[in-house]
Amino acid sequence: MKKTILLFVAATLLFVQGVKASDRIVMEGSTTVLPIAQKTAEVYMDGNPQAQISVRGGGSSVGITSLIDGTCDIADASRSIKDTELEKAASRGVSPKAHVVAMDGIVLIVNPSNTVNGLTKQQAKDIFTGKVSNWSEVGGRNEKIVSISRDSSSGTFEAFGALVLGGAKVRPDALLQASNQAVVSIVSQTPGAIGYVGLGYVTGAVKSLEFEGVKASKETVLTGKYKVGRPLFMYTNGDPKGATKNFIDFVKSAEGQKIAEQEGFVGLK
Amino acid sequence: MQEKPCRVLYNHPGKTMKEKIIRWVFTVLAFASLVFLLGIVIVLFKEGLPIFKIVSPLNFLFGKSWYPTYSPAEFGILPLILSSFLVTLGALIVCMPLGVGSALYLNELAGNRQKAILKPVIELLASIPSVVYGFFGVVVVTPYLQKTFNLPVGMCALNASLILGIMATPTVCSIAEDALNYVPHSFREASFAVGANRWQTLTQVVIPAAGSGISTAIILGMSRAIGETMTVLMVAGGSSAMPRSFFDPVRPMTAAIAAEMGEAPMGSDHYHALFAIALILFIITFIFNVVAEIISRRFRIKLGLSG
Repeated sequence: MKKTILLFVAATLLFVQGVKASDRIVMEGSTTVLPIAQKTAEVYMDGNPQAQISVRGGGSSVGITSLIDGTCDIADASRSIKDTELEKAASRGVSPKAHVVAMDGIVLIVNPSNTVNGLTKQQAKDIFTGKVSNWSEVGGRNEKIVSISRDSSSGTFEAFGALVLGGAKVRPDALLQASNQAVVSIVSQTPGAIGYVGLGYVTGAVKSLEFEGVKASKETVLTGKYKVGRPLFMYTNGDPKGATKNFIDFVKSAEGQKIAEQEGFVGLK
Repeated sequence: MQEKPCRVLYNHPGKTMKEKIIRWVFTVLAFASLVFLLGIVIVLFKEGLPIFKIVSPLNFLFGKSWYPTYSPAEFGILPLILSSFLVTLGALIVCMPLGVGSALYLNELAGNRQKAILKPVIELLASIPSVVYGFFGVVVVTPYLQKTFNLPVGMCALNASLILGIMATPTVCSIAEDALNYVPHSFREASFAVGANRWQTLTQVVIPAAGSGISTAIILGMSRAIGETMTVLMVAGGSSAMPRSFFDPVRPMTAAIAAEMGEAPMGSDHYHALFAIALILFIITFIFNVVAEIISRRFRIKLGLSG
């Protein structure tokens, strides 16, 4: 009986090893980076049939944790790695290396029926921290503001909180949503709603607002004129090697950057 | 009581090796769930308890602000607990009449043909994935509630309650129906014999006799509702303010865990706090299940169906 178990365990280990040893890239992390990761992986695999890239979402922290645990080769992140994570990585002998793969602008969106066209930083902050609760206070109709935020641990929230709210707390009655799509979907259905999403997620169903008089676009984000922008990262363990290196190079290449643009982000080239 | 002769049969001394192996395999399988449960409980305690070094259990349970990612962070889960209870209460109001009512109809009134259609249909409700219920809530119920009640936003506790109530209905219905089935036929016959009509028999004999079984059904339905995650994540709104009414967007415990776990850095206070929420949720559903078990045992004893 014991022998059977040993044999079984050995076979399982061999199988796992076998999969790991092949030419596969596992990529995991931020849902914001996901569209770029997915599309570039698809195009890359079309050009390199031997490559096998699996792409998963889950969130920036999930990706970085997996990288530290050694269960993925590339961690997608919409924020830079935190000191606590770096310490953890160091203790496991992992040295995360950042690759900026695109820029993202965070856009304030409202329902198309809303008459407001733009907000100042102060107005946006007042709305999301709870000082202002009616659209008439910022030049709109007499209508209750329904503020939609991302979950307090998402990368998009973190960037928005740092860049717009200056670290102040989001009003407790804000609706916290788990994904960019969910925010777009609620805002498009709710007349009084305001939310914020990555530039790549803005659709015709919602109206994007100017921020400090500047409309979010690829140019304004890249030049820094639009103030709510951030870099998007792919992290590898040390300098990438082999298949991972080829893929990262591809993402950074003109072709890869064009894909990022097509997905609604801002290419670096 | 029929087990015993069987066991003697399989336990006869001249067991072959094959029988021994098979017996061993099934023993392992049977104990596997115990191992899983134990593993889950250990992980919950191990990952959840560290948060109480940061915040006292009392402040954790009764704190009114949930700001887990700020510094200083606030870990008060009272709004999350209240949200969970609010949507569960709402679900109860929906699933109790629906579930018990359909059980009564199926058991007492429906003819064989109706039963043949209705039972599988109700059971089918249980097999619909919760994300599909969520979609239904987002696409149909949300705009409907928004228009009907002129709400600023249609994602609210009421929305989640309605959908959870429908989701819990099959659980309540099938367990309640079993309970009604267990009521011995002689009870009904005795009632009819003393001249009671069908309604009197139903309300004064059958329902009281099946009462604790029906209570079990309702409690298990509640247990189902409070643990449901995907649907509440999609339709409850997700606001962590203290809920004041059924029309407020709310953030039940399960939704908070599901939405935040992916982005909470492993080993952080936030991470431990989410595990502590899971621990509390586990304790709540555990209590529900124990109560249900006690009531149902009492029910079986009452009807003389073994202890």
